[in-house]
Amino acid sequence: MIPPSQLTPPPLGPGTTPPLLEAVPRRSFLKFSGLGAVGVVLASAGCRINKDEETNTVNVGKHDLAILNYAFALEQLEGAFYEKVTAGFYAGASAMEKDLLTDIRNDEIAHREWFRDVLTLKKVPKLEFDFSSINFTDRRSVLTTARTFEDLGVSAYNGAGQLLALSPFLNHAGKIVSVEARHAATIRNLLSFGSFADSDVADANGLDVVRTPPQVMALADKYFVTKVKVDELPTH
Amino acid sequence: MNLSNLFNEIESVDPEIYDRMDARRGVINRFARVGTRLATAAVPVALGGLFNKAYGQKVSSDVLEVLNFALTLEHLESRFYQTAVGTPGLLPAKDKINVIRDHEVQHVKFLQQTITSAGGTPVAEGKYDFTGKGTFPAVFSDYKQFLQVAQAFEDTGVGAYKGQASELKSSNDILTAALRIHSMEARHAAHIRFIRMVNGYAKIKPWIVGDDNSKGTPFERIYQRESDHRQVVINIEGIGGYNVGNAATSSFDEPLHKDEVMAIVKPFLA
Repeated sequence: MIPPSQLTPPPLGPGTTPPLLEAVPRRSFLKFSGLGAVGVVLASAGCRINKDEETNTVNVGKHDLAILNYAFALEQLEGAFYEKVTAGFYAGASAMEKDLLTDIRNDEIAHREWFRDVLTLKKVPKLEFDFSSINFTDRRSVLTTARTFEDLGVSAYNGAGQLLALSPFLNHAGKIVSVEARHAATIRNLLSFGSFADSDVADANGLDVVRTPPQVMALADKYFVTKVKVDELPTH
Repeated sequence: MNLSNLFNEIESVDPEIYDRMDARRGVINRFARVGTRLATAAVPVALGGLFNKAYGQKVSSDVLEVLNFALTLEHLESRFYQTAVGTPGLLPAKDKINVIRDHEVQHVKFLQQTITSAGGTPVAEGKYDFTGKGTFPAVFSDYKQFLQVAQAFEDTGVGAYKGQASELKSSNDILTAALRIHSMEARHAAHIRFIRMVNGYAKIKPWIVGDDNSKGTPFERIYQRESDHRQVVINIEGIGGYNVGNAATSSFDEPLHKDEVMAIVKPFLA
């Protein structure tokens, strides 16, 4: 397990200075030169996605980069949740549970920070979350929430795939979604061994869950203090 | 710089971007309306018909080839689990391997229907040697060996679907169906790994850490890219100032190309 001291970012990290060189487009050009023309343009042409302070809402907008911001928002949610879970484990957490939940937290941090890095210039700001409905001292409360988030994440990436079909990012979304599915199966097995792919997540063809961005955000809405608008995203 | 400027720039790179997206969306919109009126089992048939109508042609031979490649793997998995479930005394009931068996049988049927309705010919089931030419002689009598082979098939399946995703871009519904199978295979892989982990059969996690200690084993090729800690040129080690430990490699699963997959499963083909 990583000591908490190492998880607190040094001055380089988020929250102290802007995480990346936001004002240097050349950096993004270099970063994305391997991604093809669309990637380069997307990375170097946009501007920051600003929060509407009055309504505490960010609008991810349309097109490929917006879909990545939608994923970034979900990874922020998962990351913040597991950071809280691992900051003080629920009563009776076994060594194995602590180890697995710490691994999952690290995966989610990696995803979140990767999106923050990929989206260099055009990304939603740090979002605020409301976890008041979760009892972090209670195993069942923590693990059922984790199950909800992981299954939701799987369904979100499965639904986002076709929206990313024109982008160079489809492959990377694929690399992430199977890790989310591994988390989902693991959390489910911790809750009830053998429930890794119960019929609530597998249809009669053996296909996993899929949801559109508005369906996902409706289910996750109560956890977002900063609301994330996704209704301008393409639907098909 | 604002949003509309961004879109203008995209258009200058790809003038037809809106046309291409609108054309595809129109097709899918029509399907969405049709789809709600159909029973789940009828959906693959409806998909094929829709493609023919919308484009006046069959689903591309490339897409059919990918589907048949997927079917080849699903046949292998389906027969593997059917054999195991049919072997008395091999599987502890609590481990619910039958759930995986059911899914693989369903995937075979689903792919067969989808390929047929899209105008293709589904590949037939092959003949298998699940001992891998003698490497796993007790695959259906020793539960540990069975799990080793099961994990190899599941992780290979995950990598295989991932490797084909971009080949399915021309067809939203088939891409989405493939992604949904892909994440289901990942759930299976995690479950098999979970069983091995809690029983102490292997020093392993539900996710793939580095090369999964596969160096020098028969399954080295499955994990050949998993030690990569760079995603697009971004280093995950220490990303954002965080020490994410093993997540530098475990946070992203890696694709396998078709020829790599076929080489991995070759010893299991009779």
